[in-house]
Amino acid sequence: MTDKICSMEDIRKIFSDGLTVMVGGFGVPGTPFILVDALLADGAKGLTLIKNEANEDHMGVSKLIEAGQVRKIITSHLGLNATVIGIMNRGEIEVEFYPQGILAEKIRTGGSGLYGFLTDIGIDTILKEKKQTILMDGREVIVEPALRADVALIHATVGDRSGNLVYAKSARNFNPIMATAARTVIAEVEQVVETGVLEPDQIHTPGAFVDHMVEITELTQEYGILAHHVI
Amino acid sequence: MSYKEKIAGRAAREVQPGQVINLGIGIPTMIPRYLPDGTGIWVHSENGILGMGLRCRRGTEDRNLIDAGGNYVTLMPGASFFDSALSFALVRGGRLDVAFLGALEISQYGDLANWIIPGKHAPGIGGGMELAQKARRVIVTTTHATRNGQPKILKQCTLPLTAKGCVDLIITEQAVIEVTAAGLRLKEIAFDTSVDRVVANTAADLMIPDGELPRF
Repeated sequence: MTDKICSMEDIRKIFSDGLTVMVGGFGVPGTPFILVDALLADGAKGLTLIKNEANEDHMGVSKLIEAGQVRKIITSHLGLNATVIGIMNRGEIEVEFYPQGILAEKIRTGGSGLYGFLTDIGIDTILKEKKQTILMDGREVIVEPALRADVALIHATVGDRSGNLVYAKSARNFNPIMATAARTVIAEVEQVVETGVLEPDQIHTPGAFVDHMVEITELTQEYGILAHHVI
Repeated sequence: MSYKEKIAGRAAREVQPGQVINLGIGIPTMIPRYLPDGTGIWVHSENGILGMGLRCRRGTEDRNLIDAGGNYVTLMPGASFFDSALSFALVRGGRLDVAFLGALEISQYGDLANWIIPGKHAPGIGGGMELAQKARRVIVTTTHATRNGQPKILKQCTLPLTAKGCVDLIITEQAVIEVTAAGLRLKEIAFDTSVDRVVANTAADLMIPDGELPRF
């Protein structure tokens, strides 16, 4: 496999208006803050974001939304971000909510080359409205389409030059599934090692799924401990 | 002891050794404090942890290790990490023994509403719908009434549902109520209340067993 390390300038060439972008992370762990900052600096507009949540106020993808670069977010929960809830309530951004595991499964099936899946989650709720349903084994189930993106932004702890990735602890979350579900997959890694250094058993995302990798030279403040979550 | 601690302490008694449990935001996150040591209880966190421990002591936080509410946590021996798809395979696939959830409204049929107040509060669904619908046992831990003193336990929910007929047990600061096929059955009442007061604060019919009710 070729060396997948590239510069931030190369990454910026991938960004353009109107892209659908998946962003890994659940809270701070696993959010690729530096790649998000690159998208912010690029200024691409009319973006559709796919992310578990919108980070917290003034952090990560929240900055993209606050800057008016995002047309729509496909997400699970915005409860920790009053700023984005305000933007949503003023109708300045379109929001599509899914149950968290259904969002994950839509991405997983998209990454697996499938068209969708069947589920009874939300079948007795307002979530059923506007959904296609079918009878399966005598029970009504929702047809949930798969989800793919133009670009996925991923954060990993270690990557080798061939794009094999290892995630840390609860920073894994949406990253491995999003790494399978986009046309162009870009990973930022905290440490780059030579191909062959990682134990095959240790690798979470095989390099075949990763197109480009950038090494983080210094973690920004956003990656650190959030004081308001400390006891 | 605050009313929240009282609810959490009573809820902890519902957990059996070896069970896999999930703790929703709010009162449920206080339950681990009251679990006896060494009982091998596995706490699942939606963001991809099985075997989560208590919250971190100040100064020991790991930036890569949080619970689903963003709080820094510890691990128990045997803990594991996994991605978000697998995390909900565990929930939907029937491997979650108990989910403890909060509530806005609960109906006499065990319907639960806890995710949206249309036009007022709609932060999203999160993992709650799958937990409510697929956990093998759903225990609601909540105050008996709203902040304005309105009953939360009703004949019918007025808010959009999280899941229908999903609740097995309701634990409030005033009472423990079981959801049965025949309706709501009062099981226990708090030391500082009376059956009459519980009935007055509940907007659904309660079946009240004969004799003295256990207190908690």
